[in-house]
Amino acid sequence: MTRRAAVLLVLLLGSVLGLQAVHERRSGPPGGTAESLLYVRSPEAMKRMALSYHSLLADVYWIRAVQHYGGTRLSTDPTKQYDLLYPLLDITTSLDPHFRIAYLFGSVFLAEEPPGGPGRSDLAVALLQKGLRAQPDKWEYAQAIGFVHYWWDQDYMQAAAWFRRAAEMPNAPNWMAPLAAVTLAQGGNRASSRRLWQEVLNNAEADWLRVQARFRLRQLDAMDQITALEALIEEYARRVGTRPRTWADVVQAGFLPGVPLDPDRFPYQLDPASGAVTLDRKSTINPLPIESSRRR
Amino acid sequence: MQVVRHVALSVFKESVRDRVLYSLVAFATLLIGASYLIGQLTAGQDVKIIKDLGLAAIAIFGLFIAVFIGIGLVWKEVERRSIYSLLSKPIRRHEFILGKYAGLALTLLVNVAMMTAAFYVVLAYMNTQASDALRAVWPAPAADPGMLRAVALIVLELLLVTAIALFFSTFSSPFLSAALTFGLWVAGHFNADLRNFEVVVESKTAAYLARGIYYVLPNFAAFDIKAQVVNALPVPPTYLLLAAAYALVYIALLLTGAVLVFSRRDFK
Repeated sequence: MTRRAAVLLVLLLGSVLGLQAVHERRSGPPGGTAESLLYVRSPEAMKRMALSYHSLLADVYWIRAVQHYGGTRLSTDPTKQYDLLYPLLDITTSLDPHFRIAYLFGSVFLAEEPPGGPGRSDLAVALLQKGLRAQPDKWEYAQAIGFVHYWWDQDYMQAAAWFRRAAEMPNAPNWMAPLAAVTLAQGGNRASSRRLWQEVLNNAEADWLRVQARFRLRQLDAMDQITALEALIEEYARRVGTRPRTWADVVQAGFLPGVPLDPDRFPYQLDPASGAVTLDRKSTINPLPIESSRRR
Repeated sequence: MQVVRHVALSVFKESVRDRVLYSLVAFATLLIGASYLIGQLTAGQDVKIIKDLGLAAIAIFGLFIAVFIGIGLVWKEVERRSIYSLLSKPIRRHEFILGKYAGLALTLLVNVAMMTAAFYVVLAYMNTQASDALRAVWPAPAADPGMLRAVALIVLELLLVTAIALFFSTFSSPFLSAALTFGLWVAGHFNADLRNFEVVVESKTAAYLARGIYYVLPNFAAFDIKAQVVNALPVPPTYLLLAAAYALVYIALLLTGAVLVFSRRDFK
């Protein structure tokens, strides 16, 4: 009897799996992600509903925010909409006002330029200021606000002011005060940008942030190389009397040992008309930050 | 006292026979599964999330055990008519009630202790997997002993819930007892709103009524320090002592009420 029941159980389970497979084949696989909906947008209402599980619910909303950001960023939809990102982060940080990573990583997500993010540096700053209201001594939040102003807004006065404020907070690292001074004096130069990203790399708490910092540092390397190459082209034109048509001309004239490669090992592109040097379209460090002469 | 111990041990053995401790397997599976999945789903904060999840799971598993066993403690004996033979023995009614309560409290304590041990094992394992740089930015170590303060308050909350369930079990059906216990548990989390009711209503009577309910209802929000211990925020010892005293007095009140109601019941 038991054996028959076991056989019946296996048969029924097999039938269920088979029918599901048939159903999938007929109507296609189910949608990969749930529709982007946020039923409760009020952090206060959510706090009431959480009873004594605020912290756990904050984790759930944080996971949703990460999934929403990652899913939208990786989607093939040309109009990437990050509409729910800020409301999700707002609820997360209202449920758990001490959720450090939600402020720090959330601000990075919000500030990232489209299509990699919504490009809302204002909301990134608002989120970090909310963190500072909850924990006024967190130098990391003040530094992150300075970073948003520096990198995304190119507002070096504001950036320097926030770095200085961070430097005055308890346990701030000793490089913060010099960073404030350098930002104020030479705001926007590549050296200070490099220093900022290097600090992000050194202190990154997650692999994706480490990857992001390395990516930005490679971009800065490429920008330095492009500056040097463009100077070389000008020197070539000055000496030869005309701009080179290809890199082969530059190599033959002894200015370079070979075709210059970017940090991704793709050859740089040379525009013979203007002498401008750009990245190969296939290079993964595209697009470079819009800086022209600003960060030089 | 001897009688109370006998009754308590029989309740504990019965709950073991009823496979209540199987909840531990579910708890361990949940934590181990979550610790793997969360690493795939989120960016950073795996340890924080496991801490939140572990503490919440201890509280929720315990709550279900407290309510669903608590509501049947007296009712089952009446329904099975075993109450007649029990009360014909040299067991006084208050000993019966206290023994039942102590038995379920023991079951809960064993459950919570084992869940806490499993919780710390998972956290200790996660600690070995983290880099030094990651550990440096955690507000507290992975297997932080400070979390035991939150576990202690969860135990007190569960003991209070058990007392409520047992109290209702002395005079109502299991379904009604469960509804009332859950209702009180939910309402007990809204105490702050009742306290501030006068801000949103004009009627003074309504405000006084809300204030009265605020004092009478069990304040379950007082037992929640999960977020504080996970974020390594200070929790004054006086707070813990006051919460413990509040729970013990409230439990004593409910058990006295349960004994009184049960003593007046006619089983002839």
